[in-house]
Amino acid sequence: MIKLIGIVIVVFGFVLKKDTIATVVTAGIVTGLVSGMNIIEVLDILGTTFTSQRLMTLFILTLPVIGISERYGLKQRAVELIKKTKKISVGGINIIYLALRQITSALSLRLGGHPQFVRPIINPMAQGAAIVAYKEIDQDDVDLIKASACAQDNYGNFFGQNLFLGAGGVLLIVGTFSDLGYSVDPLNIAIACIPSAILIFVLGTIQNILLDKKLKMKYTVKSSTKSK
Amino acid sequence: MNNFDNILLEIFYILIGLFFLYTGYRSFSDKNLKTRYGTGLFWTLLSGTFILGPYIDGYIVGIMIVIIAILTATKQVQISSIVPIDEKKAQIRSDRIGNKIFIPSILIAVFAFGIAQLKILSGTAAIGAAAVIAVIAVIAITKSNPKNIAVDGDRLVQSMGAVIILPQLLAALGTLFTSAGVGTVITEGISGIIPEENRLFGVVAYCVGMALFTIIMGNGFAAFSVVTAGVGIPFVIMQGGNPAIVGALGLTAGYCGTLLTPMAANFNIVPVALLEIRQKYSIIRYQAPVAILALIGHIVLMYFLAFN
Repeated sequence: MIKLIGIVIVVFGFVLKKDTIATVVTAGIVTGLVSGMNIIEVLDILGTTFTSQRLMTLFILTLPVIGISERYGLKQRAVELIKKTKKISVGGINIIYLALRQITSALSLRLGGHPQFVRPIINPMAQGAAIVAYKEIDQDDVDLIKASACAQDNYGNFFGQNLFLGAGGVLLIVGTFSDLGYSVDPLNIAIACIPSAILIFVLGTIQNILLDKKLKMKYTVKSSTKSK
Repeated sequence: MNNFDNILLEIFYILIGLFFLYTGYRSFSDKNLKTRYGTGLFWTLLSGTFILGPYIDGYIVGIMIVIIAILTATKQVQISSIVPIDEKKAQIRSDRIGNKIFIPSILIAVFAFGIAQLKILSGTAAIGAAAVIAVIAVIAITKSNPKNIAVDGDRLVQSMGAVIILPQLLAALGTLFTSAGVGTVITEGISGIIPEENRLFGVVAYCVGMALFTIIMGNGFAAFSVVTAGVGIPFVIMQGGNPAIVGALGLTAGYCGTLLTPMAANFNIVPVALLEIRQKYSIIRYQAPVAILALIGHIVLMYFLAFN
């Protein structure tokens, strides 16, 4: 049981917001020591694995491409493309963003993000769509729409990124399995991620349709006399 | 993996090492950075592990990692002067270049996929090769000064910061756990609860275990190596599960947990403040039904796809 101390250290380190890297290194060293290895053996496993797992950091090579693209207007262009999609329902904007976030994550583009995209672009568009459709909505629904826009970013990000061969998650799977004695190829993992990407898109789409229905039910009575 | 792939990968690691070395050099020479020696040392040590790793004793790399951990724990690693993006210029360039700006990034994905699919190189070497091709493309399309390869590489490396090495460290942690027999302890604990050699129980235990560990740790990566060694391998893969499919769905089953936990503050709590939402757990509450249905969906997918 004492061997589980490493997990306890990781949990406490994360809960108490200690430095992540130091927490992980401490957890590893303590676990090794309590299970009877000497310090040199522990450091040796730590160092040897770190070297054999350099492939997990291979994504660094893609950073210059993304960085230069950003410098030459990648974000600005994406904003323009999204702005073309006017006069869509709240849920519709969310669905488009979800799809876009999944596709761009699959291409390893860092186009989304709450600070870069949801706050300045997606949320204002969704709020705008609600106002166009229902004139006025209460503060609870303003918050609900905000939360929904944030959720799309998480859905798309988490369940799109592993479609890219070089994603950190894919390389983590490759590395973990090779350590445990199984050889897997990043390509097969990326392909195996397609069903879960589709699953989350379907679930997200249903949730957005329900969101539109809910807003419509609540506000249509008030605005039914008004014609567009 | 053949020899040529390995040589190529080693070259890619040296390139990555050189990027880190450049960032280290920039940090050292940044007079305005209070922690320039600590930050510089961090990136230089990291560069050393990438370039020299295979040629020096493992424990020396281990010592370098311990120093790296001390540097991050004492907040020595800070962002030095990066070259920021000029938003106005970016807008003008965006109008000039148009949608072509997406091409290089798409090339990375397409080439990585194509090179791996055609078995010209292994999947991992293909990523590096695709990145090199895309760098040439991005320079050709933007007509940018090639020195931006270093400048923008440095900008992104620094903005991501020390956590860049986290996946690699978590893998090392996983290996230490495995050598120490942590997986065995978990496996024994679980075999008391679920019947062995039952695929469905195994899949449920693995997916739910991934989600629960991720909820507790707030990090799917950290959960993955432990839960895979302790549950995924003995209860799913040794029952005939395909490792690529089990691993892929196992990690995203963990991400269903990420949608549910305030521990993943960057995704679920910080945006609440950022968008000025009144209730702290609004995003988690909104995500909960999708997360739970997606987790059930992952169990179903793994059960039906992994054993073919």
